[in-house]
Amino acid sequence: MRWINRMPGRAGHATLAALPFVLVFLAYSAGSAARLAENPQDRVLPSPTTLVETAVRLVSEPDRRSGEILFWGDTVSSLTLLGAGVGIAALIGLVFGLAIGLVPMIRSTFQGFVAILSMIPPLAVLPILFITLGVGDTAKVALIAIGITPFLIRDLSARTLELPQEQLVKAQTLGASTLAISVSVALPQIMPRLISAVRLSLGPAWLFLIAAEAVASDSGLGYRIFLVRRFLAMDVILTYVAWITVLAFLIDWGLARLSRWLFPWAEARA
Amino acid sequence: MSFVQVTDIFQSYGGRPILERVSLEAQEGEFVSIVGASGCGKSTFLRLLLDQERPTRGGITVDGMPLKGEPDRSRGIVFQRYSVFPHLSVRDNIVAAEGLSRPLGRLFGSVKRAARARADAALERIGLAHVADQYPSALSGGMQQRLAIAQALAAKPRILLLDEPFGALDPGTREQMHEFLKDLRTETRMTVFMVTHDLPEAFKLGDRVLVFDKVRWDPHDPAAYGATVTYDFDARNGGIPFQLQHETPAVTGPDVAGVHKIQGVT
Repeated sequence: MRWINRMPGRAGHATLAALPFVLVFLAYSAGSAARLAENPQDRVLPSPTTLVETAVRLVSEPDRRSGEILFWGDTVSSLTLLGAGVGIAALIGLVFGLAIGLVPMIRSTFQGFVAILSMIPPLAVLPILFITLGVGDTAKVALIAIGITPFLIRDLSARTLELPQEQLVKAQTLGASTLAISVSVALPQIMPRLISAVRLSLGPAWLFLIAAEAVASDSGLGYRIFLVRRFLAMDVILTYVAWITVLAFLIDWGLARLSRWLFPWAEARA
Repeated sequence: MSFVQVTDIFQSYGGRPILERVSLEAQEGEFVSIVGASGCGKSTFLRLLLDQERPTRGGITVDGMPLKGEPDRSRGIVFQRYSVFPHLSVRDNIVAAEGLSRPLGRLFGSVKRAARARADAALERIGLAHVADQYPSALSGGMQQRLAIAQALAAKPRILLLDEPFGALDPGTREQMHEFLKDLRTETRMTVFMVTHDLPEAFKLGDRVLVFDKVRWDPHDPAAYGATVTYDFDARNGGIPFQLQHETPAVTGPDVAGVHKIQGVT
């Protein structure tokens, strides 16, 4: 039988899906055990037991100086910045994407400009942001927004242009103005596209956040990772990396569920 | 003057002529079927009537007034596909016929409730009441087109334009849609222009059948000339071309030869 026709069963699928995770874990454990056998003080590959102990300590023990649990403070701080940056970008992307997609005059004005703008490497702009906006949270939110807005505008304007011309004509024969078409025909159909575009841009958004936090900050998940790097605290770094991965996965999954719940009609469309 | 008056229209895209010297008069309440080979400008003609495009030369007047340059509520349209809004429930698609003309494209409060009640009544009439809360994607092709027609009619246009409305439907459903459209027309007596590929359908539903074809043909450059109205049949009188009636008023009975000529064309 050809490989393209061989289907894993339910159990087979679960096993295969778990396989890479198990293999990575085993490889790590083996590597860690080997290094620790040679030098019990080794810090590069802490044992899984140490990792769990560190994770428990990080999420439950307050900081000796401030009395706060840094782990949760970092999480709140990072998620706030991420939410603000992505939120601002989504709003700008939605408004400009719709306008560029629907109105030829606005398309002529902004399409080329946005295309050029999207080529600027956002991280190269970071020093400018720190100089002009200071090293506070504003610059970090701005970096995230600047980093993903051009992509959102381009993606959403393309999606708006893909709306069948028939629908726009139909809306006109029902007496709809440009505003009415934007708000009641295009906007609702673009919303699920906005959510999927935001899901795609979350990866870059995390990148910009962690880069900005690494350069200048006093809290946040990225800041902590780059801080403890000086002490070679691999157990802390790995816990934080795992936590960021879990957060990113949960946000992505949550947005997908939200989209399906809010826009059930979008799923069935051929 | 006729209700719809088309005077000597030319339309070309990028120098390629599509339509040449198309002139036409239609009375209010007339059902005009338009047939012809693919690419002979039937749909272009419909877009001109809709005012989605402007002709390169010539003009169209409706009720003595020239078209304004963009589609409006006086002319409704049903396309072969994409005619209903996928993000609105079946009921809200009908409500949209009233709501979209508002500033924000939607109704609020008591006006909305009244429109919903009217929409439910309309759905009851066209046999879609049981799916009022579903989205169009859950409907069969025939039901979607019935919804599209009802939606267009809910805006009470003076002219209904149909662009191959039943082209994607199976023969049985198509039969049902013919009956549905006939009933609606008896009720509303509105002016209809329908483009179709199906000759029997054109003669069955139409009062008149127009044939679009190229009168000049360059075998080395098939796109060199545009199409025009080559035949204008009276579908209510056994399918006799109006041209023939004017020339020899004594002729009666079905003009079989004429119909065969058309079938050869399409």
